[in-house]
Amino acid sequence: MSVRLFDKVWDRHLVVSPEGQPPLLYIDLHLVHEVTSPQAFEGLELAGRAVRRPDLTLATMDHDVPTIGLDKPIADPLAAEQIARLRRNCAAHGITLHGLGSIEQGIVHVIGPQLGLTQPGMTVVCGDSHTSTHGAFGALAFGIGTTEVEHVLATQTLRQVKPAAMAVTVEGKLGEGITAKDLVLGIVRALGPGGGVGSVIEYRGDAIRALSMEGRMTVCNMSIEGGARAGLIGPDDTTFGYLEGRRHSPSGQDWEAALDYWRSLVTDDGAEFDHEIRLDASALRPAVTWGTTPAQSVSIDDKVPDPGSFASPAQQQAAQRALTYMGLEPGTAIRDIPVDAVFIGSCTNGRLEDLRAAAGVLGGRHVRPGVRALVVPGSARVKAAAEAEGLDRIFTQAGFEWRSAGCSMCLGMNGDIVAPGQRCASTSNRNFEGRQGPGGRTHLVSPAVAAATAVAGHFTLPGDL
Amino acid sequence: MPGVQRITGRAVALQRDDVDTDQIIPAAWLKRVERTGFAAGLFGAWRDDPAFALNRPGAAGSKVLVAGDNFGCGSSREHAVWALRDFGFAAVVSPGFADIFRGNAISSGLVPAQVDAAAVERIFQALAGDPEAEVVVDVAARTVAVPSAGIDEPFALPDFARWRLLEGLDDIALTLRHADAITAFETGRPSWLPAQDPAAPASR
Repeated sequence: MSVRLFDKVWDRHLVVSPEGQPPLLYIDLHLVHEVTSPQAFEGLELAGRAVRRPDLTLATMDHDVPTIGLDKPIADPLAAEQIARLRRNCAAHGITLHGLGSIEQGIVHVIGPQLGLTQPGMTVVCGDSHTSTHGAFGALAFGIGTTEVEHVLATQTLRQVKPAAMAVTVEGKLGEGITAKDLVLGIVRALGPGGGVGSVIEYRGDAIRALSMEGRMTVCNMSIEGGARAGLIGPDDTTFGYLEGRRHSPSGQDWEAALDYWRSLVTDDGAEFDHEIRLDASALRPAVTWGTTPAQSVSIDDKVPDPGSFASPAQQQAAQRALTYMGLEPGTAIRDIPVDAVFIGSCTNGRLEDLRAAAGVLGGRHVRPGVRALVVPGSARVKAAAEAEGLDRIFTQAGFEWRSAGCSMCLGMNGDIVAPGQRCASTSNRNFEGRQGPGGRTHLVSPAVAAATAVAGHFTLPGDL
Repeated sequence: MPGVQRITGRAVALQRDDVDTDQIIPAAWLKRVERTGFAAGLFGAWRDDPAFALNRPGAAGSKVLVAGDNFGCGSSREHAVWALRDFGFAAVVSPGFADIFRGNAISSGLVPAQVDAAAVERIFQALAGDPEAEVVVDVAARTVAVPSAGIDEPFALPDFARWRLLEGLDDIALTLRHADAITAFETGRPSWLPAQDPAAPASR
């Protein structure tokens, strides 16, 4: 029988399938952060329950940590309290915490892979919707709510109705300068913001195989923007090469045993999916969002669309609302839209490869006067590695602010925000209304386009400079 | 958590698709460490607009929110459900819910009533005609009704979710009945899978 990768991982984690109830799935890795966990720990303690597997749980601080002035006390009393709670909860329950100031601190979805904790065939959960990132390794990884966080802490399992399986097949070759970000924005545009609801996506095809692990993480990260709770990619030599030698990767005989298992994690020929969409990679151009969902994007060569051009009245209404919020006129060339701010970072594009791509555009150039530009590495290790290569100097000499690791301006919880009415070219994942700060206007782009846009002051390709 | 059988009350009509959880509860509210106290933050940015549905006289005290498709997309924040509950909503009626939001709603006793799109459209029309119309969400029968408009529609809700909502069940207690199966599963996990060393000092 032909079996899909998704089923192989799912079946291997089935603990029990009680009659009339969704099955219990075993969870191999539970990542915890300060924002979605305090109520879960409180619930656990009120019920007198223990954390079942602190050894399979790892905590860090990312969502509301400051990215400057780490030597000073945290100024925001609410953030300080949340961070103090996490320290206390981890200490009380024996959970390893990579806190602020640790070299292992960073965005949960950057540090898991970096430590070699995310491995093929595992189940990974976190109280964060971008947990889908870890699917890049052929792990089944998805975001959960706080009540489910409490459930996983107490039982190391999750009760889950089995989702449908969707294939997103991308054949062909990405053009010069077209990145994983452009690819996933194209996929999300094709899916629509709810097209993947109820499904786990497997990304397949030549264009996916050709991506680096960093690129695959960017693609899987944004699965949720198409409504899919998880996205995964079958592991291959690119995956194994990334994992070999990392802190938590198996070694010696264990490495061989793990490899044997990992090599079995492929969708068998002839396996069928519940849904499939196909894209031609060679047709993709650098993407820029114009609206208030990640599905609302066009090519940088294009214009702001006319709401009347959409098929349904609901889509037309949504486009009109989005343009009003974004302060854009239909027919405006994307390249003519000026920006006030540029943000490079996040779990989507805050890894070393992303910073290299942005820095590669900047050498000898300067951010346009009046544009505020921020680089926030995805983890303390990414920051250190970038500094070892001299990327920090390229950014600061170009006029960027060089910050410490965290979620930062992706969601504006830590005070790094886009001011009301200001327009930001951002390498993050969501352009929802107010996402980067109340009244802020977000356009999602790749790191290279973000860097070029910072220099020009309006949306620009590196090649246009 | 108390069980929920039948919800009867006024409704607020939010005729937009793809309402994301950043709109339902803006990020600034996520710094709270409690499960309550979110009512003032519900649809925080949109409430600055006097014409917004929640600012209509009579919206306060409503029990049902009727919304467009793909409600609750985006961030996993369960705070969105807590904010809806704190405001007084006991059910959301929509043609479709985002996966994580749906799970969070069931976890926290907010009924996600998924109704056929054409029926939701009829409910919107009924509420446009009479914003004070009484709406009845019957969890046991899995129906949404607007009696004054002659609307009575089934909604989709899996049996297990229905049971949890009706009984207000503690899901963890239910799972711990299978503690032996979990322990047995753990003995079969490969030893090379990654784990933290609980004896190692925290890295701060």
